[in-house]
Amino acid sequence: MKEKIIEKILLLVALSSVLILGLITIFIFEQGLPLILKVGYRTFLLGERWVPSQGSYGIFPMIVSSFWVTFGALALSIPLGLACTVFLKEWSPPSAGLFLRPAIHLLAAIPSVIYGFWGLVILVPLIRNHLGGPGLSILSGSVILGFMILPTIISISEDSLRALPPTYKEGALALGATHWQTIWRVLIPAARSGIVASIVLGMGRAVGETMAMIMILGNSVKMPTSFLDSARTLTTNIGLEMAYASGDHRQALFATGIVLFVIITLLNSLAIFLSRRRID
Amino acid sequence: MAVSTRYLTQKIAKVLVWVGALSTIAVMLLILLKVLSEGLPSLGLRFFFDSPKEMGREGGILPMILGTAALTAVALSVATPLGVGTAIFLREYTREGRISRMIRFGTDCLAGVPSIIFGLFGFVFFVIYLNMGWSILSGGLTLAAMILPTIISTSEEAIKAIPEKYRDVSYSLGGTKWQTVIHTILPSALPGIFTGIILSIGRSIGETAALVLTAGSSLLMPTSLFSPIRTMSVHFYILATEGISMKMAYETGAALILLVLVVNTIANWLLNRYVRHRS
Repeated sequence: MKEKIIEKILLLVALSSVLILGLITIFIFEQGLPLILKVGYRTFLLGERWVPSQGSYGIFPMIVSSFWVTFGALALSIPLGLACTVFLKEWSPPSAGLFLRPAIHLLAAIPSVIYGFWGLVILVPLIRNHLGGPGLSILSGSVILGFMILPTIISISEDSLRALPPTYKEGALALGATHWQTIWRVLIPAARSGIVASIVLGMGRAVGETMAMIMILGNSVKMPTSFLDSARTLTTNIGLEMAYASGDHRQALFATGIVLFVIITLLNSLAIFLSRRRID
Repeated sequence: MAVSTRYLTQKIAKVLVWVGALSTIAVMLLILLKVLSEGLPSLGLRFFFDSPKEMGREGGILPMILGTAALTAVALSVATPLGVGTAIFLREYTREGRISRMIRFGTDCLAGVPSIIFGLFGFVFFVIYLNMGWSILSGGLTLAAMILPTIISTSEEAIKAIPEKYRDVSYSLGGTKWQTVIHTILPSALPGIFTGIILSIGRSIGETAALVLTAGSSLLMPTSLFSPIRTMSVHFYILATEGISMKMAYETGAALILLVLVVNTIANWLLNRYVRHRS
């Protein structure tokens, strides 16, 4: 009897994460959906004017900026991440790994505001002085974000390389392939789904980053036209204005949250699907 | 010819990989060293035991340290039982099926939800709907939801690593499932569970976006669970962005990095000891 009760209690406990996810979904939609319905989802998603004081809520420039910043970050972190992964797994002396792996874990744990701060005091002046523009720009955001998501990409893709049977490498080498051919034509393609999953997860982190981006993106609500333009993403829009918003304006921020939540959930599902397939 | 080109390709690739990896490490070190080198020299013990004065232009960060600690304690005391319970249920009480797949999907999704969304949720649910206001409690509960997936996955890994023999012995001695869990599974999984807790502490030290919206940004010393607080990361963020004091920002930043460094070293040490213990 006691055992049965314990089992029921544990089931309830185990459902807590599903419950929390459900609560998050319900509360965000309950707060944000009325506004989307009021201004019309087309105007909200595709409108280019965000002037809460006049009641215009269009978040298209923010959606576009979110994607620019994210793809900029990926353009930096995919090649560097792959280089670090290959370096760690295949080409560094074993003792280097002992030092580098904890270092990567540490970098993943450094608060994002520290990265943002470094971007603000080092990178932004650098870009302003050498490339022009305000310095607070999509370019600086992308670079900082790229470094922030590197640890995610490296550790997960290294895990998936590590999970390959050693026979793959031995077979390729025995056939006379060079070490590089083995890495590029055998190991990386074999670990492909894990590597792609790591990139998709990194992408999710990039889309969701807030505080560091507020510090270095410049937060202008205009449509970006170049990588040197200042911009505002979905997350920074919420983070910047939530402190003082009320009424429709607050609802509009929750509605921005809905769009962000949907994008992230799609990316997560994709990553989960990819990493599941790796196990089978 | 063919042989020499493929060795040439390998040479080029090797150079590129080395350059990529080393420059990445260099940039990462630069980020840490910049903040540490500006912040550490003037960082004294007083900084940790003093309250901020003049909006943080002078003084120390004692209320922020206490607030961050209290908030982390609330989050852990809620998330640890839930997370470990979930892991026990997934590993010991159920087979892979619809329910476990749903729980795992929920956990994976929760792990990917951005912190600003948690902030929005904590703001409407804890701060407004449950009327807890900007407080340690609201922030702690929001943080609990954020660290739950980490605790679940590390606990599950720890339980998964326990040899089947242990369970067999317990059952053969007439132990019930719950007795096996309490007397065999949990003690063996403890170091792994502890690693998850330490990793979560690291996450809660660094968290900013969700806590601005749920714990507030008060500079006052917290007196109860319902006091609004400003965590260390939030303090750092405000110092740096509102141009209050660069010196104080660097010092707080250096303190943050040191703290994360300590927490991570402990986690790594535990993890290594645990791995050696297992094998």
